[in-house]
Amino acid sequence: MNDYRGIFADGLWNNNVVFAQMLALCPLMAVTSTATNGLGMGLATTAVLLASNIVVSSLRHWIAQEVRIPVYVLLIASLVTLADMAINAWLHELYKVLGLFIPLIVVNCCVLGRAESFASKQPVPAAAADGLAMGLGLTLALVLIGACREILGSATLFSHASLLLGPAFTFLETTLIKDYHGFLLMLLPPGGFLVLGFLLAGKRVIERVAEKREVKEEFHCSVQ
Amino acid sequence: MISHWLKPEIRQSSGYPILLLGGVALLVSTAIGIANLGTHADIAQRQLEDLQATLQQVIPAKYYDNDPVRDTVTVQEGDRSVRVYRARRKGQVQAVSFRTTAPGYGSTEMVMIIGVDRDGKLLGVRVISHAETPGLGDKIETSKSDWVLSFNGRSLGDPPPAGWAVKKDGGVFDQFTGATITPRAVVKAVKGGLEFFANHRAVLLDESSGGNDR
Repeated sequence: MNDYRGIFADGLWNNNVVFAQMLALCPLMAVTSTATNGLGMGLATTAVLLASNIVVSSLRHWIAQEVRIPVYVLLIASLVTLADMAINAWLHELYKVLGLFIPLIVVNCCVLGRAESFASKQPVPAAAADGLAMGLGLTLALVLIGACREILGSATLFSHASLLLGPAFTFLETTLIKDYHGFLLMLLPPGGFLVLGFLLAGKRVIERVAEKREVKEEFHCSVQ
Repeated sequence: MISHWLKPEIRQSSGYPILLLGGVALLVSTAIGIANLGTHADIAQRQLEDLQATLQQVIPAKYYDNDPVRDTVTVQEGDRSVRVYRARRKGQVQAVSFRTTAPGYGSTEMVMIIGVDRDGKLLGVRVISHAETPGLGDKIETSKSDWVLSFNGRSLGDPPPAGWAVKKDGGVFDQFTGATITPRAVVKAVKGGLEFFANHRAVLLDESSGGNDR
């Protein structure tokens, strides 16, 4: 199967890690108090997903069914440890921002989920595409939820983005309302659940409208 | 195909999963070991630079011509030991810097580093790590607010002991809107740090035969 369009459509929308599979909710609630944090966590997870999918896919002929889960866990945990060390040693500025989140990637079940349900059955290029697509879908969800919580909670958007992406991205940092007193609930974990709930409902509405339109079009076609 | 390297008899033998798991474990531990060797020195160097950068924030450069990171003394206070970094100029200790902690909101530890000159006057306070509520308690960071700078120049006698509290408790230090517990904890930790300095002044300033680390 080399349907890359399908893989990306799945990763970003149809089978999105957060909005469809409802995985990765623990790191989601923990880090999405700002859009910048969401972006950092999303990108770090994408890198690990990509690497773990490639490794698992290239080892898939050797991995015995009985011990596949412990093997995947070992592989993923060591990839995350390697990433943690490398970023700490050579990208230290980034590590100061992301350091807390990197170990959290290990407990992100979507990495194990993709290894088990996709990479273990697919050739390397497709697995790599799936890792990338799922990672980007997760990043999209994290940034979206982070942005909603940040706007409602502190009326800023992408605050401290320059710490993560470099001074060139200072333009992303915006303050929407000055002297905003803040809506604390949104910055605490319950705010994450609330925003997630509304976004999920929004996705359902969009899908239902699209479905109705499709049905109507089919009906018109058949009449003619 | 690569998979043909493995004879089916081997794959189906009962020992194969064990060998596989053991092999993978051996492989990844070797990889992590090598990576640790490769990054260990770099990481230690980065951490040293971080520490130097923090020390520079709490002790102005004019106070020293040595490397305070390497001039340390460890003092036992109750059941914990405090490592103190000493800033010397012409061999005389002009200022010291050390960590002080306090339980923050939700009882997670807040770690602060403070700089004190030889007369017991505060040169600077910085919060190194905390888990305070974002948007409320995090105004103790210099990137969010100038609040911690209000400690500069203070000492145990200024304000007098009763003034070492947030305004709500009758002291002189501001609290933030919506957060009293966090600033209260910081004030307490800073005061504790100054008391620590007063108790061990002679050792910290290297004026008595204290146990130097080297």
